[in-house]
Amino acid sequence: MASARLREPAGVRWTLRVITIAYVFLLVVWPVSLVVKYTFEDGLTALSTSLSDPAVTTALRLTALVAVTSVILNLVFGVGISLLLVRYEFPGKRILSALIDLPLSVSPVVVGLALLLVFNPRTGLFGPGLSAAGIEVIFASPGMIMATVFVALPLVIREVVPVLEEIGDEQEQASRSLGANAVQTFRRITLPSIKWAVVYGVVLSLARSLGEYGAVKVVSGNIVEQTQTATLVVESKYQGFEQSTAYATAFLLAAASVICIIVVSILRPKESS
Amino acid sequence: MSQAVISGGRPARKRRSARPGSLTIVSGLGLGVALVWFSLLVLIPLAMVVATSGEDGWEGFWGTLTNSQTLSAVRLTVVQAFLVTLLNVVMGTMIAWVLVRDRFPGKRILDVVIDIPFALPTIVAGLVLLSLYGPQSPLGVDVANTRISVFMALAFVTLPFIVRTVQPVLEELEADVEEASASLGANRLTTFRRIILPSLVPAIAAGAALSFARGISEYGSLVLLSGNLPNRTEVASVRVLTYIENGDAASAATVATLMLVVALFVIVALDLIQRRVARRG
Repeated sequence: MASARLREPAGVRWTLRVITIAYVFLLVVWPVSLVVKYTFEDGLTALSTSLSDPAVTTALRLTALVAVTSVILNLVFGVGISLLLVRYEFPGKRILSALIDLPLSVSPVVVGLALLLVFNPRTGLFGPGLSAAGIEVIFASPGMIMATVFVALPLVIREVVPVLEEIGDEQEQASRSLGANAVQTFRRITLPSIKWAVVYGVVLSLARSLGEYGAVKVVSGNIVEQTQTATLVVESKYQGFEQSTAYATAFLLAAASVICIIVVSILRPKESS
Repeated sequence: MSQAVISGGRPARKRRSARPGSLTIVSGLGLGVALVWFSLLVLIPLAMVVATSGEDGWEGFWGTLTNSQTLSAVRLTVVQAFLVTLLNVVMGTMIAWVLVRDRFPGKRILDVVIDIPFALPTIVAGLVLLSLYGPQSPLGVDVANTRISVFMALAFVTLPFIVRTVQPVLEELEADVEEASASLGANRLTTFRRIILPSLVPAIAAGAALSFARGISEYGSLVLLSGNLPNRTEVASVRVLTYIENGDAASAATVATLMLVVALFVIVALDLIQRRVARRG
């Protein structure tokens, strides 16, 4: 494609190319590679030390639990809301569609505060009632899951909605007129065509959920070996002068998120073919 | 070529579907469940933030906002988010240009690297910047605990926004318009300024809005890097957290409300920009 277009003079092209690469290298590549370097400075020692630290292993397990639960919740509600937004007409649809994006622009700390004000067991709006019923939300995993779901909420929807709009509903109507019920239509017609969009949405949500920090910090209480997730361990280990453990945990998180990004970029081009 | 991860400015494609249908019993029920969930999770908590900010009356609200430490945190946040957005307008457009129009080995890797700041946990983002630009910097540059570190952290986390909104628009630009412009005697700079740039402006604006909103709300990447020094490197999010930790929910909610208003403003602006683009296309 590019060769068919008008090209800039070689000097301009080279200048832009060099500035771009230098900028991205200094801002992203070099700093990120240093974490890898610091993690493996003494071979595998830092990694094995931190993986035998119960604070780290508990946190990693909790992070996995919170992230997977949040992704499943966002998957179900994301696909459901996308279908409703594209295929149905109802009052307030535009407002809902605009509000869906709100979590992307809200500070994680504000997300935490908002959940605290509603679900705090002593002073929250619903907190005392839930607490009396034996349900702990704040300083426990339900609160951490809610915070994580909140921050990753739009990701599945933003992937699925454009695809649903593009494929149209002719095939779905045909399927229905041939006697298929709603579940059959969804499973045989709709799902196969939005499959990749759903996969991207899930992978992006997973990356975002594994890395959530601010909102979880506020609602979790940050209790070591109980409600401390991996990102909170990075902070507390770094500030507690256990830098190699902090780097090793950061490396694991960074590796997970980079793998997610690479998976998305490998899957993407299949969309066009 | 891999497509945008953050597809805020994805151009509206042709719709083949007819008019959306009205709700059936099942879909109505689904909508009800979804709305209850969305309200419990997002709407009621955010409404509580706004309600709590008024708990101490107008004077409490105003008192918190005019507190000198809060005021300087808000000022720092807005100024740095604005400066970073300006930087992103230039660098983001340039990176998108190189990704679409240039060809060189390793371009695919550059394309993937752009997404790293979006996926990397914010606390890790702070840590990686600290390792290159902190006290143990191999470059000998130590910006930790200064305002420059706030700027750098925001530049890191907002890097993908404008790139990913401009990239798809640039890919879809027709070459013949540029050829026509060239054949009429315009040089490349004139063509860029008069032909290409105007069609990129909505995408740049959408990306800039996202970048500014993210800059205003950033927290995680600043924790380790900026030192959160009151009146120097403390941003609005940190101020909210300090109020929460001191048990002062009303003041925390006041600063949070201010940040929510900014976020809401940005969303409305984005919606307007995207509708304008859709109308044109």
